[in-house]
Parts: sequence; C-alpha cells; structure tokens
Amino acid sequence: MSSTSTAGAVPHAVRLGVRRGWTEFVQSLRSSQDQWFYLFTAFLAVGYLYLRRDTPVDDTGLLLPSVALPSILAGLVAFGLVIGPAYSLAMEKEDGTLLRAKAVPHGLVGYFAGQIVLHSSSLVPQTIAVLVPSFLLFDDLMAQPSGWFTVAWVLALGLLATLPIGMMIGALVPSVQKVGMWGMLPVMVLAGISGIFYPVQALWGWVQVVAQLFPMYWLGLGMRSAFLPDSYAALEIGGSWRTWQTVAVLGTWAVVGALVAPGLLRRMARRQSGSQVAAAKEAATQWVR
Amino acid sequence: MSPPPAPVIEVRDLRMRYGDKDVLTGVDFVVQPGEVVCLLGPNGAGKTTTIEILEGFRERSAGEVVVLGEDPRRASEGWRARTGVVLQSWRDHARWTPRTLLDQVGGYYAPYATPERPRPIPTDELLDVVGLDDLADQKIATFSGGQRRRLDVAMGIIGRPELLFLDEPTAGFDPQARREFHHVVHRLADLEHTTILLTTHDLDEAEKLADRVLILAGGRIVADDTAEQLALRAALEVEVKWSRGGERFVHSTDDATDFVRRLLTEPGEPVVDLEVRRASLEDAYLDLVQRHEAGQSDEAVRAFREVV
Repeated sequence: MSSTSTAGAVPHAVRLGVRRGWTEFVQSLRSSQDQWFYLFTAFLAVGYLYLRRDTPVDDTGLLLPSVALPSILAGLVAFGLVIGPAYSLAMEKEDGTLLRAKAVPHGLVGYFAGQIVLHSSSLVPQTIAVLVPSFLLFDDLMAQPSGWFTVAWVLALGLLATLPIGMMIGALVPSVQKVGMWGMLPVMVLAGISGIFYPVQALWGWVQVVAQLFPMYWLGLGMRSAFLPDSYAALEIGGSWRTWQTVAVLGTWAVVGALVAPGLLRRMARRQSGSQVAAAKEAATQWVR
Repeated sequence: MSPPPAPVIEVRDLRMRYGDKDVLTGVDFVVQPGEVVCLLGPNGAGKTTTIEILEGFRERSAGEVVVLGEDPRRASEGWRARTGVVLQSWRDHARWTPRTLLDQVGGYYAPYATPERPRPIPTDELLDVVGLDDLADQKIATFSGGQRRRLDVAMGIIGRPELLFLDEPTAGFDPQARREFHHVVHRLADLEHTTILLTTHDLDEAEKLADRVLILAGGRIVADDTAEQLALRAALEVEVKWSRGGERFVHSTDDATDFVRRLLTEPGEPVVDLEVRRASLEDAYLDLVQRHEAGQSDEAVRAFREVV
C-alpha cells in the first residue's frame, strides 16, 4: 500500500530540507545577533589590513593587504564552515531540534539537507562583508580578472572539504561548552600554522608537514593563487601554486568527509531521546560544576 | 466479518538495565486501537524509559515490543508517519513562527496521506485546534511556557497519528490550558480514533482522560484497570460525613450502604448534609505504591538476614 505513494518520500524530504535551510538563512540575515557576527569579523579583518596598508611584502612590490587578504578570507571561510555547523549541531542536539526531526518521517534527511544549505549560504554574507570594504579601501587586490573563477572553485571545494569536518565535530562533542575545546582550539592552532597570519615557510619543517595535511593551508594557497600575480608563487613552498595538489588534498578531505560524516551523524541521531534533551536542559541551568 | 483488529501496542517481558541498575524488570501490557491508556508511577519508576522504548528513541535490554505491527527499534519511516510524539520544547526554533514551522514539519507527512487519513492536518486548522491562531506569525522566542507547550502538541498531532505518545503533557500548564488540552485529547480520541499512551503525575488528569490506567512500580506493572475499578479494588474504606442537630460527624466504613441505611433509620434529629466519599484514584494509587514499596523493603530485610 505504502510503497507506491511513498517512493518519492526521500527526494521530497530533501526539497523540504532545502526550504528549511533557506528559511533559517533568511532568519539569520535578519537577526541582529548574526549581523553583528558578520560585521565584527569583517571589521577585525579589514581593520588589520588597514592598519598595515603601507607595509611592503619583502621585495615582491606588493603591499600587505594584497598578500594577506586572500589568506584571511580563507581563514574566515574555514573557521565559519567548521565552527558554524559544529556549534549548531551541538546546540540542536541539546535543545531538541534534532529530536523533533527524528520524530518525523525522513525528518533527519530534511534536517541535514537544511544544515548544508544554511552553512553553505552563510559563506556569501561572510565573504561579501570582507571583500566589499577591502576593494573600496585598497588597490591591486586582484591581479587578473580570471582569478574570480579560481575563487569560485576554491570556495566550492573548500566548502565540501571543511563542512563535513564541522558536522563531525558537532556530532562528537558531548556538549555545547565542549565545542571550544574540540572545535575552536584545533581550528585556531591550524590557522596559526597554515600561513594565514604568518608565512608557513618560516616555521619548522615538521610544522609545515602537519599544516599541509589539513584543508586550511590549501584553502589559503588556492585563494592566494586566485588573487596574487604568478610571480608571487616563487615565495610559496615548492615555488609554485601547486594547483593539482590543492585539488587533490581538498578533494580527498571532501570524499573522506562525505563517506564518514553520514555514519557519525546517524550514530548521533540514534542516541537522541527526550531524556537526553531533558538532562541537557538540567545541565544548562548549572554552569558551575 | 473482518477479524478482530490487532492491538496497537504489545509489550512482553520488557527489561531495561542501565549499568547494574534494573529499571524495568519485566513489563507486560497490551493497548487496543482507540484506547487512551495512562502510565502512572512514582519518579524513577521507568515511565519515560518505557515510553521512549515504544517511541523507538531508546534501545531496550530485552523483551518483545510490537507497536503498530513493527518493532520500534527497527521501525520504518512509514511507521514514523503513523505515530506522533509530543516533545517538551525548550528553546528550539526560536527564530521560527508557528506557521512556518508547522508548514515545514507537516510537509514531511504529505507522502503518507491516505484517503481515510489525509496528512498533514492543514496548518490553519491545527493553529485553531491548539488556540494559537492569534500568535501564528509571532516569533516562537517570544512565547510563554504554556504557548510553547501548545505548539508542542500541534507538532505531535500534525501527521494525524494513529498512535500518539504524550510524556507528561500538561507539566507547566495553568488550569485553563490544562482543560483546553484535555479537550484536544478527547477530540482526537473520539473523532480521529487516535490511540493514546500518556504518562502523567497528575492523578486527576489520569482519571479524566484515560480509559485504562497502568501503574508502574519497582520495574513492572503492578496494576492494570480502569481508574474506577482501581479505586474499588484498593478496598479502602469509604468516608461518610453528615450533620445532625447542628453537629458535624465523620465515619469511615467498608460498607457504606449498610452504614448509611442504619444511620438514616436511627431515631433522633434528622440527618442533613449527608456526603459519601469513595476512595479516589489518588487514594488507590498511593496505597498501591506504598504497599509495593513496603513489600520491596520486606524482601530487602529478608535478603539481609540470609547474608548474616
């Protein structure tokens, strides 16, 4: 009886999930809390570039904003795509959003589709908030117009590589308070060693190896290859933009994420129950333990 | 003639163990289609554990559970569509409005609509049923506890469930909201023939809503009957109050009929303000739980003696 009428239930749930994500994205754009977050991070990034607007970079003939903007942009994107979903999942397993999705037929399919849409779309205000004031304030940011094409594919691949990491952290952390320890801290450390703020070539050899294992370094390298003239590539590791390696490393992370994340998310969802939500509610009223 | 309908819930020897603590030690019960059954019991008796196992939200240690013909542990999404769960909301979906949220949640039930059970219930109709039509476009973050609970109920019944689970549904309701909620439950049971399993702490609520009451104590069902029969079976004394010659009297008896007959035929001033109060479900419940706990402590004493 049900097999004929419910055959399209999964694609139907994905469509509902996309609508769910879009609704939450629009809600986020209208929320002063989220507007503040976008403006504040953009203010810090652009403020830093502005203070050092006249600093030359070695003997490349470039000024610091040109070199640092692509790296900072990559850092913000990686940060947003890891910490954003990690916080939302950790929060929504505590507050019962996930349990509600579980109580509805194919609700989890819709929920995760919604999360992917929401966090992917949040890339747009995040990058616009940094790029618009930067292009108004500084010159020589984009060496060739074709760089925008590179920006697009690096962002898309970076999204696929980092979003599953954020969702996996969100699935694994025991509580919202632990996202700082298991999400924030590693991302900060990686940002520190991935050439976002400080050239990676100046660090010890083993640190360079560690940095190159994670997507953040490659996201930064890809962004620099998009914005900077080819002559600058000589200063990178190996003296080249290593475009194919960028595709390979980010692609590997994307594939591994796509394979591992669904299992972890299913495991997290299986453990959801009303008493777990009630216990989290109880725990939230007790900050000091 | 069609065969008798299969039970909606069948639980046999359900056991649950957390670490080395046995919470359920062999729960058995059956719920028939259209019944409203209330699970009562002291805190920590395992009411929530039982209902979560039946909802498919929790793994069990042992025992057989069949709900709407499927094992909830491995239930299909089609089974999900036929069940409803009223969850206690906290701070989820704060930026949503009831209308957008109900439209979103209801959408998932649409592929499971049947001619007898059109799914989902249209949002406007549902908002009216739970009395949120005036607040339909307000942010949920601004809602009071009672308003949020009404939205919880709406989300639980939006798929026109054949079986509805309610875990302490009226906790935090004011008396008026409670009465309105009881009205919604009666409506579901009478008009939609929804089978309902609820837990509550409120014995008055159990008496008003439930066709049958199950009392869970010490990890098993210790009583299974109508609220009325439970009160009768508790065989507690009946309280008789009356006035005579301006003076008030109270007497407890196990045969109220005989006592009242004798009282009325006694010579002297006429009896006025006669009141006969039968034991309520509350009396029966407290008596049962108390006796049960006393029995358990007896066992504990025996075990202790054997060791010494």
